[in-house]
Amino acid sequence: MDSQKIVFTGSGGQGLITAAILLGEAAVLHEGLEAVQSQSYGAAARGGSTRSDVIISNRRINIPKAFQPGVLICLTQEAYNTYSSIIRPGGLLITDKRYVKVARKVDARQVELNLYQTVLERVGTPVVFNISVLGALIGMRPMVRKESVLQVLAERFPPSFAKSNTEALELGFELGCVCQDEI
Amino acid sequence: MATTCFVQGNEACSLAAMYAGLDFFAGYPITPSTEIAETLSARLPEAGKKFIQMEDEIASMCAIIGASLTGSKVMTATSGPGFSLMQESLGYAVMAEIPCVIANVQRGGPSTGNPTHVSQGDVNQARWGTHGDHSIVTLTASNHQDVFNMTVEAFNIAETYRTPVILLFDEIVGHMREKLVIPEPGEIELVERLRTSVREGVNYHPYLPREDGRLPMSDFGGVHRYNVTGLYHDMWGFPTDKGELVDGLIHHLVKKIDYAADAIAHHVPYYLDDARTMLISYGSSARSALSVVEQLRRRGERIGLLELQTLWPFPVQLVRDYARDKEYVGVVEMNMGQLINSVKLAVDNPRRVYLINRVDGRLITDKDIKQTLRVIAGQGV
Amino acid sequence: MAVKEYIRERFFPHMWCPGCGHGIVLNGLVRAVEELAINKNELVIVSGIGCSSRISGYVDFHSLHTVHGRALAFATGVKLSKPKLNVIVPMGDGDALSIGGNHFIHAARRNINITALVMNNRTYGMTGGQYSPMSGVGVKATTAPYSTIDNAFDCVELARAAGASFVARTTVYHVNQLSELIKKAIVHDGFSVVEIFSQCPTYFGRKNKQGGAVDMLKIFKEKTVLIGSDKKKDNPALMERGIFVEKELPEYCKAYDEVIARARKA
Repeated sequence: MDSQKIVFTGSGGQGLITAAILLGEAAVLHEGLEAVQSQSYGAAARGGSTRSDVIISNRRINIPKAFQPGVLICLTQEAYNTYSSIIRPGGLLITDKRYVKVARKVDARQVELNLYQTVLERVGTPVVFNISVLGALIGMRPMVRKESVLQVLAERFPPSFAKSNTEALELGFELGCVCQDEI
Repeated sequence: MATTCFVQGNEACSLAAMYAGLDFFAGYPITPSTEIAETLSARLPEAGKKFIQMEDEIASMCAIIGASLTGSKVMTATSGPGFSLMQESLGYAVMAEIPCVIANVQRGGPSTGNPTHVSQGDVNQARWGTHGDHSIVTLTASNHQDVFNMTVEAFNIAETYRTPVILLFDEIVGHMREKLVIPEPGEIELVERLRTSVREGVNYHPYLPREDGRLPMSDFGGVHRYNVTGLYHDMWGFPTDKGELVDGLIHHLVKKIDYAADAIAHHVPYYLDDARTMLISYGSSARSALSVVEQLRRRGERIGLLELQTLWPFPVQLVRDYARDKEYVGVVEMNMGQLINSVKLAVDNPRRVYLINRVDGRLITDKDIKQTLRVIAGQGV
Repeated sequence: MAVKEYIRERFFPHMWCPGCGHGIVLNGLVRAVEELAINKNELVIVSGIGCSSRISGYVDFHSLHTVHGRALAFATGVKLSKPKLNVIVPMGDGDALSIGGNHFIHAARRNINITALVMNNRTYGMTGGQYSPMSGVGVKATTAPYSTIDNAFDCVELARAAGASFVARTTVYHVNQLSELIKKAIVHDGFSVVEIFSQCPTYFGRKNKQGGAVDMLKIFKEKTVLIGSDKKKDNPALMERGIFVEKELPEYCKAYDEVIARARKA
């Protein structure tokens, strides 16, 4: 497998760093792959801008930062405006309609999800929005198996979160698969 | 079975400290090292051991020295500003020969600099931060498995040579997450402190080195009551200003580390067997350097990397040997040129040693390094 | 055990000036320890830098002579690491309350079972008689040729406010009270502070025209009273001696054992 570089961007509190960690952990613990996750952040843990990079590979990963990522996820307008230019030409750019109005011409395949709204309606809480984004990501780009992520979720969170986490992941995954089929 | 996990470098350091038998940690919150304190505040009490958050970094360094004297394996963790505050008592640990481990997860400096950005600007502070003539041990690592190994090694060296050992990590390695395989107990050998065999009632000389330079210790609370001081002292640990005793003490303190230099010169050579050009790097810079070496190798360039894990005492012989047949040496570090000075002193031709650096708080990239290499080779940017 | 057995005769004569009050504190400390019959192997004395701090070398305990101002931080490491040890920390006024002021209030706040002896001679003797945070206003010193304008701390009130659970004050003139208070402070389960007025005839006395050691001791006698004495009503300037605070509060090392219990349950 070639290295997959994914960059999550948005604002603190959206759970993007958690989603990035879950992805890396699923790859390392349950897929036998190498993964590196890093993050940059301002002083504000909530509301400030965040960026988290994940690289997944079957070989040693030297440079931990994802320059020119193949997948870019932008979950605020600011993140979209700032980061959409870093994507590898022809890469996959994922946004959510609630947060981002896709305005620019970007040399990438832009997928606008309506995940936030769907999660709110079907799971009933926005807390698991990040998990659904992760589901959508692996639905579109099967870099790790859904089962691996489910396993990591079960290991990391108390049982009381299991139902909503699973629902969110499945929901995102389905949506992601649909988008993938539409290519 | 060994456990695999996906953790931050700071967590890898903490888990390694637990593996090494850490008994006591004192610290003060500071970015980007805080996860070490956070992790240990959970792990140590679980193991029935001690964690304390002190009022500042000065107190943290002092507290671990006090705890070490009772027979505990001890550690503190900090970053630039806190490391500056620790320097006086770090010197005390050198003088009084107290085993202890100090992790400094480097950030941008001087002063407050930038807490969340990377730098390798404390390399020379680690060597000469405290006042007075002394030697010191400083280890580093570029990936989490090596963070683990070097942390365990730091405790082993501290206990073997009765010295403070500095773990000089950086923000990238400290904060990023990657795979770590925690070895089984026993897989890595642990060094326990050499304790005196002198029986109760017989004179114990706490500062009389054995022939091999080692000083067997007696724990506070044990049967030997002795004096520990930061003043020049005699074999009893009592203050002295006698010239010959002072001379012997300073020679002992410096040479016990310098004699060990070859034995603790941890490093990893990459593609150096047939290399014409050599990069020398350490910490997160070494990851980018290795990336460059692998890229250029694929194009047929005979380039290699010497990754140093022991920075101090500087592995003079090792670097000299590897540099001997190289056309030139590029030292990759994220500072204005710190370790490069020691490289220049070690090699036969210091004029062929070039600095490849970046100091804007961002990780030096493969692109940065390749660009400088082209300039060195006279090929422009 | 005889008093002598608590002394390291090998390291005498001591380095204090003739007439210094610190030797009397050493005497009071050794008598207190002897009367309590504490096992010397379970006694640790931790000191910083200054004339007072040299006391640690002269007693046959485990002795840790550290850096300026940080003795309580070192002592915290010793005590928390091995709580069964008795830890005594003699400090000068500059050592404890100037450079070490932060450690002083935080050790008090934690209420860790350490005995702090503040040997207050209102000057930095070791460096030649500069003014200290306990000199007070209107004092001459080698760094105050025109007299000080700095207010002094009230060590007792500072310790009380910071959370020390035992706070007392006496002078080296009152030798019996001195060893009694040190005894009580050692036995007390929590952070205990004994402020001890001690004379420095070499610098403070000479600079401030207080006469020799005997004259200075007389001042301690005349300018202090026992807590609650009627004399204080007539002369409010008198300094009180005795126990100001003595209360039971959770001790830090014992509280830490509960942290271990909670961690193991989790």
